[in-house]
Amino acid sequence: MRHIISILIENESGALSRVAGLFSARGYNIESLTVAATEDPSLSRMTLVTRGSDDIIEQITKQLNKLIDVVKLIDLADSDHIERELMMVKIRTTEQTREEIRSLAAIFRGKIIDVTPTTYVVEMTGPSSKLDAFIAAIDGDTIIEVVRSGPTGISRGEKGLHL
Amino acid sequence: MELNGAQIVIQSLKDEGVEYIFGYPGGAVLHLYDAIFQQDDVKHILVRHEQGATHAADGYARATGKPGVVLVTSGPGATNAVTGIATAYMDSIPMVIISGQVPSPVIGSDAFQEVDMVGITRPCVKHNFLVKDVTKLAETIKKAFYVATTGRPGPVVVDVPKDITDPRIKVPYKYPKKVSMRSYNPAVTGHKGQIKKAVDLLLTAKQPIIYAGGGVILGEASKELTEFAHTLGFPITNTLMGLGAYPATDKQFVGMLGMHGTYEANMAMHDSDVIIAIGARFDDRVTGKLDEFCPNAQIIHIDVDPASISKTVKVAIPIVGEVKPVLEQMMELIRESKKKPSKKALESWWKQIDQWRAVNCMEYDRNSRLIKPQYVIEQLYEVTKGEAYVTSDVGQHQMWAAQYYPFDKPRHWINSGGLGTMGFGLPAAIGVKLAFPDSEVACVTSDGSIQMCIQELSTALQYNAPVKIINLNNSYLGMVRQWQEFTYESRYSHSYMDTIPDFVKLAEAYGHVGMRIDKPEDVRPALEEAFAMKDRTVFLDILTDRTENVYPMIESGKAHNDMTLRVADGTSTDRELA
Ligand SMILES: Cc1cc2nc3c(=O)[nH]c(=O)nc-3n(C[C@H](O)[C@H](O)[C@H](O)COP(=O)(O)OP(=O)(O)OC[C@H]3O[C@@H](n4cnc5c(N)ncnc54)[C@H](O)[C@@H]3O)c2cc1C
Ligand SMILES: Cc1ncc(C[n+]2csc(CCOP(=O)(O)OP(=O)(O)O)c2C)c(N)n1
Ligand SMILES: [Mg+2]
Repeated sequence: MRHIISILIENESGALSRVAGLFSARGYNIESLTVAATEDPSLSRMTLVTRGSDDIIEQITKQLNKLIDVVKLIDLADSDHIERELMMVKIRTTEQTREEIRSLAAIFRGKIIDVTPTTYVVEMTGPSSKLDAFIAAIDGDTIIEVVRSGPTGISRGEKGLHL
Repeated sequence: MELNGAQIVIQSLKDEGVEYIFGYPGGAVLHLYDAIFQQDDVKHILVRHEQGATHAADGYARATGKPGVVLVTSGPGATNAVTGIATAYMDSIPMVIISGQVPSPVIGSDAFQEVDMVGITRPCVKHNFLVKDVTKLAETIKKAFYVATTGRPGPVVVDVPKDITDPRIKVPYKYPKKVSMRSYNPAVTGHKGQIKKAVDLLLTAKQPIIYAGGGVILGEASKELTEFAHTLGFPITNTLMGLGAYPATDKQFVGMLGMHGTYEANMAMHDSDVIIAIGARFDDRVTGKLDEFCPNAQIIHIDVDPASISKTVKVAIPIVGEVKPVLEQMMELIRESKKKPSKKALESWWKQIDQWRAVNCMEYDRNSRLIKPQYVIEQLYEVTKGEAYVTSDVGQHQMWAAQYYPFDKPRHWINSGGLGTMGFGLPAAIGVKLAFPDSEVACVTSDGSIQMCIQELSTALQYNAPVKIINLNNSYLGMVRQWQEFTYESRYSHSYMDTIPDFVKLAEAYGHVGMRIDKPEDVRPALEEAFAMKDRTVFLDILTDRTENVYPMIESGKAHNDMTLRVADGTSTDRELA
């Protein structure tokens, strides 16, 4: 099953390589990984998407917790949560296709954030599955570039990942 | 007090109570060596190879329970230390390794003798630090000791760039008494509910067994374990790393389990209904074929590291905590409980175990004209009255030492189990001898392993660490030869060494005593003579039966109840007992 693991980790140099190294050394699958500072400059928050059986996910969370720099983590898949990913897509456009792309972007609540005579850049956020759906909906031959942030997430309500 | 970085390192070690640093100098640590020169509280042991430094510090740590300390220079000094760091990591041994690094401004520029020590060691340390600020140096060293020695112990590297130890830069020094880290809070006591469940299960067990490992030794819980086992009256087995955690001469002890464990220990594991694993990590040398591991057993597992629990074998009752407090918690419940273990069930269980014991799986040919390695270990046991510290290298000799020297006390059996590092034995013995100069220290080794760190014979002389080297010389990489005999139809590919040095002359060249023994009747007198030379390192080169194999054996991919035993007449043909 797919799991989204959120990690609060000391904002030390090398912290990212400890996490990445753990996954490669132990042969765990890693689909995406995002990192950025939090409101507390001494902490970074990582969101990691992985897949595995329950046993493997249990080992992954135990091994992550064992890293000295990891302060706290949660598996978002364990409870109600919101997942968001940012995507920007550069699409080749012609007079004929512009209208269609604009309306498709609107349906997916995307924004057109750059326009040239031959291209659009569409910005979109949402759960990864929605972004996948948008990509599937547009003509693949017109896509010039796709950049995705990888999912991040937060749990709903009082529950969450904080100190 | 204002000190420069080099002085801070040495003063911190002093304040930490460090007795010995095992090290080797070089450019990046010259400031540190200058600071060492100007004091004599912390003694420095100059080894002959950085691998030797790590194993010596490791041996010191295993024997004393105190962290071992290593100092190496950047680049090749650091990489030479890696094998020893990984060795300590695999067996959860507390060590602090200080490595020199090129000056901060040139890090990343492929400077002379630069390696990314933090990167190289990341997968084989409990944690590592790169020091970036001299004002944080003392605190970092304190953290290193704290992390190395608490929870599941392990090696911690502190990488110190040369500019940080610059003698011209002085900063206020204060060694913190305590550190706390918000990201690191190892468990100590166990969860009460889990402990209650575990005790209930134990008291209803009919065919129970205690499977105790290195965690009991690391957690200083031998006394508690012994009391626990005696109170319950259950059979107990130890892993290779756990030997000595429970007195091997006690009647409840059924020997080591696993690949080269006893018939009775493995059969009892296989047929048990309840297993309590205490500070043991279900290593593959122990479990054999996982699908057939203890098919009827419900398992309780006490371990300070949650990641050790249900890693390979799923357990019914996990208890995260340190062995000692958890066993105390359990004992309290057992004492209070009205329920007692079923006497009748235990009696018939012991009857079964005694039948397995009667197979006498450790028997070997005692009438051979050749020196049997098992005989040498038995004699070593007698001559040292079972009280020596025994270090070993890796191979057949390691298994024989484990099988034929019953350890009654913890921290006396010192070997590399998890990484299986040849070359460990001699430097480890030196570390032990420095810690306990009045105790006998024997290093059981063989012709292959001893040559991997033989240069440390020189260190033993310089620092007056007289150890006894018991070289079970079979001219083979015996353990490899045995596997080739069993699985490759005796195609002995590169396991025979055509040229072996004259170890007697070699020992003498290093300033020690060398003895060669080639007849069984000479073994005992030679050992007595060697141990009578209290202040000399003696190298006993004992020419043993080259074809001898280690039995019993669970061949790879087989289950506990599928052991290969030696046949009763002592010849080396195998018999399947299933
Ligand atoms: C040639 C060769 C053959 C071998 N054959 C065998 C064999 O036949 N049988 C065998 O048993 N081994 C054998 N080994 C050794 C094997 O590879 C493992 O090293 C060994 O089995 C591990 O022992 P252990 O389970 O006691 O764990 P250790 O490696 O000693 O680990 C200790 C465990 O205890 C935990 N712990 C540490 N401190 C505490 C504490 N205070 N409280 C609670 N828990 C704590 C740790 O988290 C860890 O899980 C062999 C090795 C070699 C090189
Ligand atoms: C550094 C290292 N290299 C290789 C091995 C693989 N290995 C395990 S046992 C063994 C043979 C050891 O030979 P020896 O020291 O002569 O001991 P014996 O088995 O003959 O008692 C080898 C090569 C190892 N454990 N460590
Ligand atoms: Mg040999």
